[in-house]
Amino acid sequence: MRTQIEGSLAVAQAVAACRPQVICAYPISPQTHIVEGLSAIVKRGELTGCEYVNVESEFAAMSVAIGASAAGARSYTATASQGLLYMVEAVYNASGLGLPIVMTVANRAIGAPINIWNDHTDSMSQRDSGWIQLYAETNQEAADLHVQAFRIAEELSLPVMVCMDGFILTHAVEEVDVPEQADVDRFLPPFEPRQVLDPANPVSIGAMVGPEAFTEVRYLAHDRQMRALELIPQVAADFKEIFGRDSGGLVHTYLLDDAETVVIALGSVLGTIKDVVDERRARGEKIGVLGITSFRPFPLKAVEAAIGNAKRFICLEKAFSVGIGGIVASHVRMAMSSHPIKNYTVVAGLGGRPILKGSLHGLLDKAVTDSLEPLTFLDLDTDLVERELARTRAGGRSGPAAENMLRDLGASRVPTA
Amino acid sequence: MTTNDTTVEQAGFHHGIVPEVLHEDPASKPVKFYQVGSFAVGNRLLPLEVRSVQSDPNRTNALTSGHRACQGCGEALGARYALDAAMAAVDGQLVAVNATGCLEVFSTPYPETSWRVAWLHSLFGNAPAVASGVAAAYKAMGRSDVRVVAQGGDGGTVDIGFGCLSGMFERNDDVLYICYDNEAYMNTGIQRSGATPPAARTATTQAVGEDPGNTFGQGKDLPRIAMAHEIPYVATASVADLRDLEAKVRRAMSMRGARYIHVMVPCPLGWGTASSETLSVARLATQSGLFPVFEAEYGEVVASSPIRRQVPVEDYLKVQKRFAHLFAPTKRQDVIDRLQAQADRNIRRYNLLPTGAGTEGTV
Repeated sequence: MRTQIEGSLAVAQAVAACRPQVICAYPISPQTHIVEGLSAIVKRGELTGCEYVNVESEFAAMSVAIGASAAGARSYTATASQGLLYMVEAVYNASGLGLPIVMTVANRAIGAPINIWNDHTDSMSQRDSGWIQLYAETNQEAADLHVQAFRIAEELSLPVMVCMDGFILTHAVEEVDVPEQADVDRFLPPFEPRQVLDPANPVSIGAMVGPEAFTEVRYLAHDRQMRALELIPQVAADFKEIFGRDSGGLVHTYLLDDAETVVIALGSVLGTIKDVVDERRARGEKIGVLGITSFRPFPLKAVEAAIGNAKRFICLEKAFSVGIGGIVASHVRMAMSSHPIKNYTVVAGLGGRPILKGSLHGLLDKAVTDSLEPLTFLDLDTDLVERELARTRAGGRSGPAAENMLRDLGASRVPTA
Repeated sequence: MTTNDTTVEQAGFHHGIVPEVLHEDPASKPVKFYQVGSFAVGNRLLPLEVRSVQSDPNRTNALTSGHRACQGCGEALGARYALDAAMAAVDGQLVAVNATGCLEVFSTPYPETSWRVAWLHSLFGNAPAVASGVAAAYKAMGRSDVRVVAQGGDGGTVDIGFGCLSGMFERNDDVLYICYDNEAYMNTGIQRSGATPPAARTATTQAVGEDPGNTFGQGKDLPRIAMAHEIPYVATASVADLRDLEAKVRRAMSMRGARYIHVMVPCPLGWGTASSETLSVARLATQSGLFPVFEAEYGEVVASSPIRRQVPVEDYLKVQKRFAHLFAPTKRQDVIDRLQAQADRNIRRYNLLPTGAGTEGTV
């Protein structure tokens, strides 16, 4: 049913329609509205056969999900930012054990400095955790991806992380066609675990594995992700058949047929980018957009097929690998390794900084003439940075950098007499 | 404590308000079926139907032979008795969750397993939460017959797993957690834990310097912390009295909600004792008062096992190499006295020496 609804509540309703049997919740902004919504649904008795467990930490949230999933229950949790990092040991354990847990990550920056606003540093830090990672562009897609995630997870016996931009999506109210129970029931069969803790047929799960088989266990984890490259588009096609919408899949393309310049991004910023590209198309520029939905597994072939004829690509990234630069860009370069093209990394939107159309036009003006630096930080306040660098060059106890810069910003706002 | 059961009181076995089920348990009967000259329980003197779970030829053998524990491992012994008793109590409808540690490593070297129960190992610090998840899953699936036991060593319980354990207690999740306490991180090579006693030598509290061994004034008393959560059942037990351990596991499995049993399990390697001395050193721990054996319900002590023949803590300390620095090159009577004071406090706190107790037989 199409309704005006907050993204978090749409996700909560979509998750509830998947009939999870164990939900574990620990609050962290901006994930809170999702687990609050689910709490109300369970408490009202609208989701029967479900245990809602208020745990004492994210580490416990993922651990409860591990136990529940291993006992054969469909299990769900949600987190963000510091919470994701706090549960990392269990995140790797869930994928290592091959447990099909679904988790929402309401993407948020990582401290220090503490920051509650959106970027992708949290989920990007888990790109090697063995989880499938799907990034939602809109709230509609966020809701839909959760329904698909349970199907993908349970078919492959692998956990799936659905990433949605914190606040930008989680707290935005817009029209969403929330997946209906009857349709979800047609799309998603009951959970049949590959492995289960059953007293009637006792098995040991979680044994110690030495050098004799560890590589093989890890190889099979990779192999399952490679099979996900085939499964994810199939599941998206099945979803379209029942729900009538294009949601999910490996990548989304926009005006790429004749594009010489391709802007690549993940998540909600794709909307802004498409607006900018529309304006530039109107001026006759051959430019298009590639949205990457599945970051793990990374669809090398789909990316190559999508941008193979372009002259250059620009990766707009809401996270970066400190000490080298773009994360997504390095993946796309690998996809294009047989015929490399010019490419640029633009780090943008860190800690919730707005990504504005004007700024994007400015950087694309440089990119299309290949006069952009290989690594750019969008709207970087170079004056602020220079002042802090000057302080550190002066030697001695220059003080904490973040607080120094906040003081500079505060001083610059004092009105002059 | 109050006394309301003269039969039990006269027997000098349990003191205080004795849970009803213990009356039915042979270990709690006012019958002296201990063998003369030792504290070994004379199981064969009992009728078949009240003999120990472990003597039942149809017992589960939850932790079966072939595992790789050290000779004389107290933890292997305790885990085998505890899980067999739990299996017997719930008609085999049991799932066990294990924290990382010796018990996990020696029981499941890939591709072998010694577990004859449904068994899951996830991480070092999350066994209580994983067990909560298993319990939640079976509850959601309407399987109230399937019960959950979680187990770990003292490091996995009092230190790294403490947050998850406290959460499991606080939510009163339907899990029995069993801590096998050997008073240090034995799996990684005998490092200090929050359960290591003062003065004990470990690899990270070495027997060097002016105050060798572990520091006084530190450490956690987890049974008491568990009691502070006011959960339905908290008990301590020791491999020195395996009938008592079985009875407490059975008692715990007769209840719902969060339950905790803290079992003293000597480690020959870590304590520096002969493999043949595991039970006798465990017995010295209880008979000196250093390890009080008691039961509590909803935060209040309801029963304790009196000391049968009191020994000075020195007798307990001097048989262990981890305390050797208290006896040579110079005897540290001051340190021994401080440890004796701890034992004396336990004796007062848990009434371990009621009138007439403490002078029976020989150890």
